[in-house]
Amino acid sequence: MSDTTIGLPHPEAVAPPRMLWLDIVNSWITTVDHKRIGIMYIGYALIFLIIGGIEALVMRVQLAVPNNKFVTPEVFNRMFTMHGTTMVFFVGMPILFGFGNYLIPLMIGARDMAFPRLNSFSFWVSAFGGLLLYFSFIGGDGLYGAGTAPDVGWFAYAPLTARIFSPGHSTDYWILGVFLSGIGSVGTALNLVVTITCMRCKGMTMGRLPLLAWIYLVVSWMVFIAVGPLTAAQIMLLEDRTLGSHFFDAQAGGSAVLWMHFFWIFGHPEVYVLVLPAFGFANEIIPVFSRKAIFGYSAMVGATVGIGFVSLGVWAHHMFTVGLGPAGNAFFTFATMVVSVPTGIKIFNWLATLWGGRIHFVTPMLFSIGFLFQFLAAGLTGIMLAVAPFDWQLGNSYFVVAHFHYVLVGAILYMIFAAFYYWFPKMTGRMLDERLGKWHFWLFTLGFHITFDLMHLPGILGMPRRIFTYQADRGWGDLNLIISLGAIFQVIALLIFVWNMVISYFQGEKAGADPWDAWTLEWTTSSPPPHYNFAVEPEVASRRPLWDKKHPNDPDTAYE
Amino acid sequence: MSTHSTIIETDSAEEWRLPDKGLVGMICLIVAEVAIFSIFVVAYIFYLGKSLDGPTPAQVLTLPIVGTICLMSSSITVHFAVTTLAKGKSGLSTLWLALTVLLGGIFLGGTGMEWHELIYEKGLTISTNLFGTTFYSLVGLHASHVAIGLVMLIVAMLFGITGKLESKHAHRLDILSYYWHFVDGVWVVVFLVVYVIGR
Repeated sequence: MSDTTIGLPHPEAVAPPRMLWLDIVNSWITTVDHKRIGIMYIGYALIFLIIGGIEALVMRVQLAVPNNKFVTPEVFNRMFTMHGTTMVFFVGMPILFGFGNYLIPLMIGARDMAFPRLNSFSFWVSAFGGLLLYFSFIGGDGLYGAGTAPDVGWFAYAPLTARIFSPGHSTDYWILGVFLSGIGSVGTALNLVVTITCMRCKGMTMGRLPLLAWIYLVVSWMVFIAVGPLTAAQIMLLEDRTLGSHFFDAQAGGSAVLWMHFFWIFGHPEVYVLVLPAFGFANEIIPVFSRKAIFGYSAMVGATVGIGFVSLGVWAHHMFTVGLGPAGNAFFTFATMVVSVPTGIKIFNWLATLWGGRIHFVTPMLFSIGFLFQFLAAGLTGIMLAVAPFDWQLGNSYFVVAHFHYVLVGAILYMIFAAFYYWFPKMTGRMLDERLGKWHFWLFTLGFHITFDLMHLPGILGMPRRIFTYQADRGWGDLNLIISLGAIFQVIALLIFVWNMVISYFQGEKAGADPWDAWTLEWTTSSPPPHYNFAVEPEVASRRPLWDKKHPNDPDTAYE
Repeated sequence: MSTHSTIIETDSAEEWRLPDKGLVGMICLIVAEVAIFSIFVVAYIFYLGKSLDGPTPAQVLTLPIVGTICLMSSSITVHFAVTTLAKGKSGLSTLWLALTVLLGGIFLGGTGMEWHELIYEKGLTISTNLFGTTFYSLVGLHASHVAIGLVMLIVAMLFGITGKLESKHAHRLDILSYYWHFVDGVWVVVFLVVYVIGR
């Protein structure tokens, strides 16, 4: 499609005539423009973020005091299942693909993604997966009148998912929803790889690729290798439930542990699929607000590829409590610890980028600095849990819940917030309000630490995850109450964020093409960029093309 | 990725060459598919001999020689379809495509007959035992890929018959042929695992 040259529209034609709202809806639904698809991905993820957040709140209210009866055990099971599934598949993946879709072609100086129609297909099939999952609240009763939403946990261990233990269709909705999300993910990952490999503008060698694009390249390869097994396992589970096969049916000799392996072969790389784009945002944002080029570009690329490789061989650290034998325990403990080497390289490179820089404490930078501290802490508890004997003690406890929320919220969500504050001006042409942004940051950080720092403690005191309530004499009550109260701060901060986006969209300060004095190609086009991205295909000679343009006396080409 | 060192930055007159989109896209698709197939193969091998009751592979499976020969040779015929089209001989290319479709069809028909025999005469269904479960899943997954490949080849063939296949389409047909070669390669693995090692 993009082989043919399409003439640029006249400047007069760029300002479209006023459209009816139905035409606007139609133009968004039928769009194949990577920017619009990116924004739809992000919007869709934000809607699911709110839904998943409400589910988390229901759980926190239920757990706030001992012997609580706010919801029934059945509803509680549905809440943690839907919360986990939603946040991973219908918030994390789409929001990261949304930013990737929006930013990658702009950053590499391309007109669009490599396969625009595949892009649209991938978005809609993922979106349909999310709708199918939530339709289970209405349609999950099935023929047997049992269950509504899925209630088997987000990793859906066998044999709980067998037909006898999970009658009705709720688990089938879970399977199909996740399956469709997987198809969409592979489609978008394919598109990203081809775009980054084959559509770089003139002069953009792999050594000059923005680090965010490098990271999306590695992430996309990980999606192929990780999501494939999940898709395969979902097909097997669907066969077990509908055709009477015996993959995970222990009664017929099948193995429940095999499902664990298959799920975590997907599940652990998935964590890195989610966290690597957060690293990518940090790679773009931290240098700009330190007013320095990134420290150790090639080490960053190497570390990214290293994380990608090693993360494919660590899955069974989720299964230490199953009993892997000495060899398995030793291997997976070692492999898991090895991941901390490339991750450590990244942290030191970010610190070295900050070192001696003229740091601007604007909101995206605040979130990035919060990310650095919190990701370090999350990594440290990760190393603790990587030690098999420690994991035997604390596996499946609230310590684990606290650990991975520290990664998912403290690292990933923080960098997503940073990305919003950083690229919102590019997407809408308006700046997000700084004052509200600072309120958002400080309130959210307060709430985050109240909730998730303290959440480690009930885990150490023996509180298992996924319990619907607990007795008063356990001594977990006060901690759980404070943890739940922390959520209030986070909710208020999120409301401020949403309000900020709404008000800034209409009344925010005009951004201009390059509000942050940044260096990558997306800031060379207007904000929001025109349909065709670049009127003239850009040509680059270094990693920071816009720096070269602004400082012709001192271009990066002299040093690279 | 090797472009990094090969392209000379200072010479802007240097031709800016990037890998082919279709080729890279197909490689990505194949990698993702390999991941899916690997899991099914692992499951097959993991459950070898673990069935609680019969029938066992040795009792019911026979080597699908004819089908295998047909599928293997269809890789050669589709290759000729591409090379003849690149030379502009679209009629000959259509003929090679038709032969490919025929060979693929024979393979698929052979699988159908094998399954019919297994189900109705030898009493092996997907729910009989673990062997049935993994056998039908792995072979069925492969057969569904053959079927998808056949649909695409038939579309190309129909374009050839209606005279719309030209040498400028050789590249697209080439990309499609990679998919077909991949499906063939998977069959080599399935054949070895299911019919040679597993029996």
